Amino acid sequence: MSELEFQNVSYVNNGKEILHDLCIDFSPGSYVSIIGPSGSGKSTFLRLCCNLISSTKGTVLFHGKDVLQQNPIELRKKIGYCFQEPVLWGNTVDDNLSFPFQVRKQEIDEKKISCLLASFGLDEHFRKSEIKNLSGGEKQRVALIRTLLFEPEILLLDEVTSALDADNTGLVEKAILGLNQRGITVLWVTHNDAQSRKYADQLLTIENGRIKSLEAIK
Amino acid sequence: MKGVAISDTSLLLASSLVLVSLLFSYFQKLKLEKETLISVIRAVIQLFAVGYILQFIFGMHNAAVTTLILLLMIFNASYNAAKRGKEIKNGILISYLSILIGAGTTLSVLLLSGAIQYEAYQIIPISGMIISNAMVAIGLCYRQLSSNFKSRRNEVEAKLSLGADILPASMDILRDSIRTGMVPTIDSTKTLGIVSLPGMMTGLILAGTPPLMAIRYQIMVTFMLLSTTAISSFLACFLSYRGFFNKRKQLR
Repeated sequence: MSELEFQNVSYVNNGKEILHDLCIDFSPGSYVSIIGPSGSGKSTFLRLCCNLISSTKGTVLFHGKDVLQQNPIELRKKIGYCFQEPVLWGNTVDDNLSFPFQVRKQEIDEKKISCLLASFGLDEHFRKSEIKNLSGGEKQRVALIRTLLFEPEILLLDEVTSALDADNTGLVEKAILGLNQRGITVLWVTHNDAQSRKYADQLLTIENGRIKSLEAIK
Repeated sequence: MKGVAISDTSLLLASSLVLVSLLFSYFQKLKLEKETLISVIRAVIQLFAVGYILQFIFGMHNAAVTTLILLLMIFNASYNAAKRGKEIKNGILISYLSILIGAGTTLSVLLLSGAIQYEAYQIIPISGMIISNAMVAIGLCYRQLSSNFKSRRNEVEAKLSLGADILPASMDILRDSIRTGMVPTIDSTKTLGIVSLPGMMTGLILAGTPPLMAIRYQIMVTFMLLSTTAISSFLACFLSYRGFFNKRKQLR
């Protein structure tokens, strides 16, 4: 059974059709790169996946069950989404890293935080850094770590390396590959052609709100 | 007590002060003469009408009528507050409940402590002050809520995507909006007696009340304004934020 499935899904906003009749499914543990011109509907597609918006037509299924029949909060805990523009809140990095624990009413797992920081090239002292002093790349990594603290079943990434240098992009790619090898499904929107083919096993192209192609990458 | 008594003649003579404003407008070509005249005539008619109505109500000594007027005042205030937040769902009802509970709590404390009595001449002016203050605070809260849910949309959605329910996803926005509603009252409290002598205190002094007694009333008014503003702002924000989400816990 596929993990996530779109059945004739369309999405209309303010009278404008953003996505048209999408039919696609993703099997557990797949790694799919999503490409397409700006404004083609890639981000809307990801937002539909994690139920931040609902389709105006058609059905989105998660583990074979209509997402509209599932608890949206529990669903979002299983489908992590990292935004194109990293949004951080509070004063420090720690304020952001503690949020997923607060949401689940759990004790902060210091070890998990340290481990993730290290895998993204950041040290322990970084936790006390003030948000206003962070670079764009650092913000993106904090937002990504925040999403990964409780490993989701599906990870949605929206151009998460756009503000990173080559070294840090490599670190992020390696970390995501590691997660995928542990069975996490990855759907990664990118504008970088080389990146889209580097580790993914499928390449999905969206144009004008329609699926143009889905090709397997060897 | 020896207060200021204003006779019809002195009131008529005082009306010549309007001429100053009219002449100023005329010579400076401000084109405000017509508007000034209309506003002055309206104010005089409205105040005389209110004066007669209040005199009639105060003379009735009827608790039910006083309560009815109180509820009408709250409805008017709710209607006006709701106009400040057109995006707020059920704005009138939420404002009504918020002001009713805010003003009700404050009035109950004042009544139970013996600071005031449930007499129209005490309840109506005091309620007027707290209700209008709550109305302004709620209006500010609504504007801030609407503007924050628009400008901080990404933040709310990022929190939702991390598995947060709508309350934790909105908490920072709620705090900011409640603060916005309360700040004007806190600021005016800080400057009481330094920047301004409040209207009520000035009125009491003019009516012949010794300043040390007048400040006691003003201190009581300050406490009740703070309490009503806090309760009403808190309730209005916490009752209205849900309207920004749909049943699927998605931001509208």
